[in-house]
Amino acid sequence: MKDEVQTPEDRSAKLKGLGTSRRRVEDARFTQGKGNYVDDLKLDGMLFGDFVRSPYAHARVKSVNIDAAMALPGVIAVLLAKDLEPLSLHWMPTLAGDKQMVLADGKVLFQGQEVAFVVAEDRYIAADAIELVEVDYEELPVITDPFKALEPDAVTLREDIAGQTEGAHGARRHDNHIFLWEEGDKEATEQVLSEAEVVAEEMIYYHRTHPCPLETCGCVADMDKVNGKLTLHGTFQAPHVVRTVASLLSGIEEHNIRVISPDIGGGFGNKVGVYPGYVCSIVASIVTGRPVKWVEDRMDNLMATAFARDYHMQGKISATKDGKITGLWVHVTADHGAFDACADPTKFPAGFFHICTGSYDIPVAYVGVDGVYTNKAPGGVAYRCSFRVTEAAYLIERMIEVLAIELGMDAAELRSKNFIRADQFPYQSALGWEYDSGDYHTAWDKALKAVDYDGLRAEQAAQLEAFKRGETRKLMGIGLTHFTEIVGAGPVKNCDILGMGMFDSCEIRIHPTGSAIARLGTISQGQGHATTFAQILASETGIPADSITIEEGDTDTAPYGLGTYGSRSTPVAGAATAMAGRKIRAKAQMIAAYLLEVHDGDVEWDVDRFVVKGAPERFKTMKEIAYAAYHQPIPGVEPGLEAVSYYDPPNMTYPFGAYICVMDVDVDTGECDVRKFYALDDCGTRINPMIIEGQVHGGLTEALAIAMGQEIAYDEIGNVKTATLMDFFLPTAWETPNYETDYTETPSPHHPIGAKGVGESPNVGGVPAFSNAVMDAFRPFGLRHAHMPHDHWRVWKIARDLGLHS
Amino acid sequence: MSETTSQMNIKLTVNGEAHEVTCEPRALLIHVLREDLNLTGPHIGCETSHCGACTVDLNGKSVKSCTLFAAQADGAEITTIEGIANPDGMHVLQEMFREHHGLQCGYCTPGMITRAYRLLEENPAPTEEEVRFGMSGNLCRCTGYQNIVKAVLAASDQMAAQKEAAE
Amino acid sequence: MIPGGFEYHRPDSLAAAVGVLREYGDDARVLAGGHSLIPMMKLRMADVEHLIDVQDIAEMKGICAEGDKIAIGAMTSQHELIDSPEIARVVPILSEAALQIADPQVRYCGTIGGNVANGDPGNDMPGVMQCLDATFLLHGPDGPREVAARDFYEAAYTTARDDEEILTAIRISAHAPGYAYEKQKRKIGDYATAAAAVLIEKRDGLVANASIAMTNLSDVPVWSEAAGADLFGTDCGPEAVAAAVDTMLGDIDPTEDNRGPVEFKQHVAGIILRRAIARAWSRA
Repeated sequence: MKDEVQTPEDRSAKLKGLGTSRRRVEDARFTQGKGNYVDDLKLDGMLFGDFVRSPYAHARVKSVNIDAAMALPGVIAVLLAKDLEPLSLHWMPTLAGDKQMVLADGKVLFQGQEVAFVVAEDRYIAADAIELVEVDYEELPVITDPFKALEPDAVTLREDIAGQTEGAHGARRHDNHIFLWEEGDKEATEQVLSEAEVVAEEMIYYHRTHPCPLETCGCVADMDKVNGKLTLHGTFQAPHVVRTVASLLSGIEEHNIRVISPDIGGGFGNKVGVYPGYVCSIVASIVTGRPVKWVEDRMDNLMATAFARDYHMQGKISATKDGKITGLWVHVTADHGAFDACADPTKFPAGFFHICTGSYDIPVAYVGVDGVYTNKAPGGVAYRCSFRVTEAAYLIERMIEVLAIELGMDAAELRSKNFIRADQFPYQSALGWEYDSGDYHTAWDKALKAVDYDGLRAEQAAQLEAFKRGETRKLMGIGLTHFTEIVGAGPVKNCDILGMGMFDSCEIRIHPTGSAIARLGTISQGQGHATTFAQILASETGIPADSITIEEGDTDTAPYGLGTYGSRSTPVAGAATAMAGRKIRAKAQMIAAYLLEVHDGDVEWDVDRFVVKGAPERFKTMKEIAYAAYHQPIPGVEPGLEAVSYYDPPNMTYPFGAYICVMDVDVDTGECDVRKFYALDDCGTRINPMIIEGQVHGGLTEALAIAMGQEIAYDEIGNVKTATLMDFFLPTAWETPNYETDYTETPSPHHPIGAKGVGESPNVGGVPAFSNAVMDAFRPFGLRHAHMPHDHWRVWKIARDLGLHS
Repeated sequence: MSETTSQMNIKLTVNGEAHEVTCEPRALLIHVLREDLNLTGPHIGCETSHCGACTVDLNGKSVKSCTLFAAQADGAEITTIEGIANPDGMHVLQEMFREHHGLQCGYCTPGMITRAYRLLEENPAPTEEEVRFGMSGNLCRCTGYQNIVKAVLAASDQMAAQKEAAE
Repeated sequence: MIPGGFEYHRPDSLAAAVGVLREYGDDARVLAGGHSLIPMMKLRMADVEHLIDVQDIAEMKGICAEGDKIAIGAMTSQHELIDSPEIARVVPILSEAALQIADPQVRYCGTIGGNVANGDPGNDMPGVMQCLDATFLLHGPDGPREVAARDFYEAAYTTARDDEEILTAIRISAHAPGYAYEKQKRKIGDYATAAAAVLIEKRDGLVANASIAMTNLSDVPVWSEAAGADLFGTDCGPEAVAAAVDTMLGDIDPTEDNRGPVEFKQHVAGIILRRAIARAWSRA
């Protein structure tokens, strides 16, 4: 046999397993326009639903007149809160333990809030009907500032819970207060700060932004009254969660609900939550007996579905005079908007923000987060990051810079001096996390060397001199970041969403001829799961990745899982996949031993086969074993070759990285150009380097957007000022730089294949890198901190305030 | 709002095939392509002509079909992503987008490739800067463009090589 | 985003188009490239009952250069301007400006006529036209008439064009060799934070003629005769430039928007204008 002369390396290469830059199997259909996104779906008799939305940020809804809309030919129904009330669906629970109006129940609390749901024969008629619904509003005072919301005489926004002193996350001290969540040792931290040689303090605002996937949110609800079965197609990052929530809300038994996530045009956290559009579509389908499609337009998406960030972070960091950090104290005022609809694990109302000690060995720390209601859209989702991790990374990476200024020290040296050392892992952080693995010094040194850090600083100094001599109006900034992520939520013992444990799953079926199908509880939104999960399985089972189909997103067929967000797919579902593959291999070993007429222990695994120990010419390939599993009676072994694994991770994973950005800043126009960006990522074992690199490019570009201009801005009466892509900054190819990528590989000790996840690292690390670069340019003139986004006028204002225009 | 709901007949040649469509004057070309002709390759992203997900080729021009009434295209020849491939296989651009990982979620991809197709027709050997400028009417949220640019440049090289081989 | 309903007209002659306008008055709107009007209709900020698509009107197309004069049909797209050797020869500032408008797809559709006619202060071409002292040709029920670009803009979206008129062509004379269109914007596809069109004619090392206009810094384009005069007869040195900039900054009246506050725009307007003057002078 030709196969026999192949070396293990040849056979291994054929598998396209771990470490291979395998081309994506998804791409054939996407490049030919054959994707299958929710708005592509067309069902017989399908109706279209659309919302009447509030133009006001805070108003009482005095009356709604739907007569003119109902009279328009082609309008089937107009749903109001009172129509949903008998079903108890006029409000719905949020993922954060709060509740949210599905349709305005007496008042509206943010601009763009859903007031009525129009159902019509097509989207054109629905759009016309929206114009005909007459809503009589009485405007109320608007609060868009969370600090003002907590003032004693502030108007009560959430009248439904007015006077309640206990919320989902403990005590509320004001009608507009949601929770105070604390971690760490406050007293000890304050003690350390009060005695410290050096303390740096700064107020750091991480502005409100939005994940803004290119495809907006949408669904098609299809209630089959004959069979009593509801099928819900939609842009769901967590289809199984949607099914359970839909069952709990509607009373329809879970086996009668089928949730399908088709291809998803980007998620970035925007498609985790449950939105009024889903609920109204389901109700409308039940009421009309016809399928109902709802797809947001871009303004709906930016105004009403989940935003991200909006954290006002007050930080204090203490150190010795020679730069050894001794403590960190943080208080956050978190603007959650009108309803607390964060998609955080239930026990963590501020997500994993307490990863904010970052990459540093900080002996004592305290974090307190006050959640606050305002007249802004609800959300607070993890926009391309694990829960609130990007806020945490931004805080600590800014505080390090501010401390460096306070100490008069180089910020690279300050970082290096305080990194958790490789020999300290597993490392117990002051705020309660156990970091699994890391080698920060090695990564940092590699990064500094790669960019010639000393050379850059010399160049920067020369440019500064030229600036002072009037030869240039550009300053050079060097933005440093060393971030530590926390992803892979998470261990069921402390991670759940509405009581649903955050395990994930994989089910594998090997076909008799040696190909396979695997199904998972996750859902790709561009991450390339169909490619990479097959690679994990190829390495585990010896079946070529090209012979493995990966399926996700259909709750009728896929095993239960918590979905894809927070970089959890590889750490959790990837682990489940490896474990299921190992179960396959364990059974295959018994079959191989039987076929080779030796004891189980006398065979060993070799890439794609079991060989008899000491007799490499005697073997059975996985392909042969698969056929035998089905078609040869094997005493004491059930026929078939299938496995399922539900993986409850023992810990999170902690990817990290070192990023360096070189920025040219025009002090006159405020324009900033990225001259160079170097990104070193350590995501543990690398499954597909090509896909990792693509994730890094994409995440960095989202970080660029956030740092340099992307925001959801409100005026003082709660109007959204950035509701279209004219004003909501998404960079084009023209504004986006090239990135240099690099890596170190420190496997996770607790993950079956050592992988940690990478999709969100570049956003978490990228934002402080870009932002630090801008501010570093102004450091010689005395700048300590300036808030993002660093769009032209704000950068210009830094220069103005520093007197650089005179 | 106007009460005008008159219908009109429109002739379009799409991907080489003649179609007659009855629609309202206000029907946007993207909706006619997607809903009447079932060509769901072009997508709807921003609806204000910023993102380019709806890009199609119309009489030899790249246009954003969300900002064009179908009526304006009456009599036009249109190519969508579904018509880019050669009869004997994928277009070089399609292959290069895959080869260089120029796509992730795939939502912008049809518009990207359709735009790149016209760009290379007009400028068969663009520089990186020209590709970045020429593709600046198409937004991608996933890739950061680096691999898209690489894919278009690679396609340009391949097409030149193919042309040379044919001569 | 779905526009309201309307009746669609696609006349094949100017007379027919004017006839439709005459019949429906301000209930009718002319559709050129549509990339300003259609988004407004989709956002239901423009309510149009009769839409007149002028793409079939031959009189509104084409670029015709004779000596140092050029006539540009209103339906000429930005892409065609960029592509045209006549434009590059006679009025290259137009190609330079057109390249800074919107993005490639929009430039295939967007027309010079639409850009100058709708009176959007964000549009780039009105300022360029004033700088060039271009003439707009309007056709109405009483036949054609000419209006100078410098007299055309009255307020945002309000121009000298009557409801029953169509802007059909633009006439421009060849400009001086010193030209520049400088634009600061947040990204591709954005309107100007500030933009400046500058033309300078140099004779014997001195400015023999200068024309300066700016975009999106007032509710109309701002052509400042006095700013041009500040450069006249000078060697375009720092003092003359400072004087011209000061004069222009006195004429603009920017408003705060997402691009920034007034103080920022005032400052950036000065910077952009300096750059435009420097570049125009370097070419003069």
